[in-house]
Amino acid sequence: MKSLQIDSILKERGSQPHQLIEVLQDVQDCYGYIPEEAMKRVSECLGVPQIEVYRVASFYKAFKLKPVGKNVITICLGTSCHVRGARVLLDQAVSHLGINPGETTEDGLFSVEYVNCLGACALGPIVSNDGSYHHHMTPAKLRKYIDSLCCEERGKPQDA
Amino acid sequence: MHKLCTREELEIMKGKLVNNRQTASKTIILCGGTGCKASGSQQVADALKEELLAQGMDSTVSLRITGCHGFCEQGPIAVIEPGNIFYCHLTPEDARDIVTKTIKNGEVIERLLYTDPVSGVKIRTELEIPFYKAQERHLLSQNREIDPCSIEDYLAIGGYSALIKVLDGLSPEEVIREVKVSGLRGRGGGGFSTGKKWTQCREAPGDEKYVICNADEGDPGAYMDRCLLEGNPHRVLEGMLIGAYAIGATRGYIYVRNEYPLAVKHARIAVQNARRLGLLGENILGSSFSFDVSVSRGGGAFVCGESTALMNALEGKVGEPRPKDVHTVLDGLWRKPTTLNNVETWANVPLIILNGAKWFSSKGPKGSKGTKILALTGRIKNTGLVEIAMGTTIREIVFDIGGGAVDGKAVKAVQTGGPSGGCLPVDKFDLPVDFDVLYEAGSMVGSGGMVVMDESSCMVDVAKYFLAFLQDESCGKCVPCRLGIDRMLEIITDITEGRGTSEQLDLLEELADTVTQTSLCGLGKTAANPVLSTLRYFREEYEAHINDKRCPAGVCQALITYYIEPERCTGCGVCAKGCPYGAISGQKQEVHIIDTELCQKCGICRSECKFEAIQVK
Repeated sequence: MKSLQIDSILKERGSQPHQLIEVLQDVQDCYGYIPEEAMKRVSECLGVPQIEVYRVASFYKAFKLKPVGKNVITICLGTSCHVRGARVLLDQAVSHLGINPGETTEDGLFSVEYVNCLGACALGPIVSNDGSYHHHMTPAKLRKYIDSLCCEERGKPQDA
Repeated sequence: MHKLCTREELEIMKGKLVNNRQTASKTIILCGGTGCKASGSQQVADALKEELLAQGMDSTVSLRITGCHGFCEQGPIAVIEPGNIFYCHLTPEDARDIVTKTIKNGEVIERLLYTDPVSGVKIRTELEIPFYKAQERHLLSQNREIDPCSIEDYLAIGGYSALIKVLDGLSPEEVIREVKVSGLRGRGGGGFSTGKKWTQCREAPGDEKYVICNADEGDPGAYMDRCLLEGNPHRVLEGMLIGAYAIGATRGYIYVRNEYPLAVKHARIAVQNARRLGLLGENILGSSFSFDVSVSRGGGAFVCGESTALMNALEGKVGEPRPKDVHTVLDGLWRKPTTLNNVETWANVPLIILNGAKWFSSKGPKGSKGTKILALTGRIKNTGLVEIAMGTTIREIVFDIGGGAVDGKAVKAVQTGGPSGGCLPVDKFDLPVDFDVLYEAGSMVGSGGMVVMDESSCMVDVAKYFLAFLQDESCGKCVPCRLGIDRMLEIITDITEGRGTSEQLDLLEELADTVTQTSLCGLGKTAANPVLSTLRYFREEYEAHINDKRCPAGVCQALITYYIEPERCTGCGVCAKGCPYGAISGQKQEVHIIDTELCQKCGICRSECKFEAIQVK
């Protein structure tokens, strides 16, 4: 637990229950997910019962309660991306990496997620990873992209 | 930047900024919105900077990185002024030519010009492009004029003049009257009269009142609020300041989706800069009016677009809606009177104050005034953000601005208003964009999403898509929405998988009616619209699924079979390589075949075949 970081997140926010979502956003930015330990600290500091912290953390889609992969391959399933075939991309990501949406590969390199709209609708289908957007995606482009990340990370292409 | 204590000080500063702006002669306006960034505009910006520096022109030519221009499909895009020359699909390699040829010698680079997909003609200036020409841009037009992170830029083009006008001599009642007379209705989906909302909140008892800017744009297929907040955050802030003055609020919040990182960043910078100049804070510009704004990031829940759910989220709670027996203008955030408007609504306010209610109400038919930004997307040639006067017909938008369908296909429908709206068939395309008319037709203007569909879209699948979306996003608080959407989705899934019966259609309509009548909030009350509108206009597609066990568009997986057309197959092997299930076999240069036992009908092969050899029956 990077206690220093959580301390700085909670600094000047003590006993302010309305800051809960903002605090959880910062915790997630820092750790990539919301660790249980962090929820306990947040609960103590803001004066919000643990059950409520958990309820909020599990209600909002932005919050992850498990660690995610180094690369989070996020497929946009907004309406515009949907009519341009985004579903095929999700199938492709799932079959290529062998994990379901919300899961992470054993080596911790990849997670697959979907999102209901990234707001770049004119360029769909969109796939994002760590803030970078990839537009007009096709299954082949997605496979190549995932393989190129594999090469970078593992030094060799993945068997698909 | 120092704090300004009076209106006069602000006027002096503005005067200086306007003069400085006029001295810069040549400007490269490069779009740095999310869309163009995704297409690589940051790299183009870096290359342009480097080139200008290398050629010693960095001090004489200004490079302005702006918010979204709206024509995202063509990104990265740039406009060179003077001359209004429009370049699209830029790459870093184009930087040298732009600087050497266009900036230095005034030469137009043919290859970077836009080609009109309808006429095939290359177009030189932004103003001549049909996509822009047919629009009426009052909200979006400023985006290209300013760097969204620079309050100086906003001031130099007349920003905060509406605020000065208000502080100079309009009473809160006069401001509200102006907004009321303008006929402005909420742009977020509800279409409630903004002036009426403000009056009720002003008249509500209590000293502590709040204003909220709803930037939790959760409608899939809509991104106009992102564009405004990202590209012109001060306009939104100015609108909020005027609203707060009118209703008597001292505190405001911008609740913005965390999925829009650039909008979050720009909103925060705008608030900081406005505070530094004294445009937010105590005794703004020496008046007795005090107001400050905080930016809060949303947690990613569609239901938080609903006002009471959003207020719960701002309070740090689970974003579940509350019963609205007492409206939020009386009992809102922290149980205090609160006015909540969306980004586009707030952005309209400074325009109304500056140009007058008459100017605003001169646009659009009775009951739907002003302009509306639409996100025109889907299976269409020109996609992007378009701003039109209310009352423009769907046909003009889809064909004149959008250029019609892609790949020689025929347009079948347009989905308006997101998950709360509906699908309208081509024979309804002469309907105008009008709150009441579209509602009557079973759809709605909503926040302005307009997704065009062609014959490759199955309307039953579209209804299923929205139900699946709403089931995923339903907060679960009330039974009709939680279980009703579930059951509707179950029936539609039966239909798309070949188990549907005609009795189920009656049950579907009955369920839709119950969910509409009895749900707690807007999400549930409108959840049945995509189903009802597709049933109303595309019933024959439902019947084909039920009676013939056939999906006419070839989309619903359980009802289709993939096969390879031997005459078209070149034996390139791309499909076999791409198939995750090993269902395609064949020798190189020979016709391939699909093993239907192994095929999971994912469609990956079809999207990869360049020869259209993979077909569906």
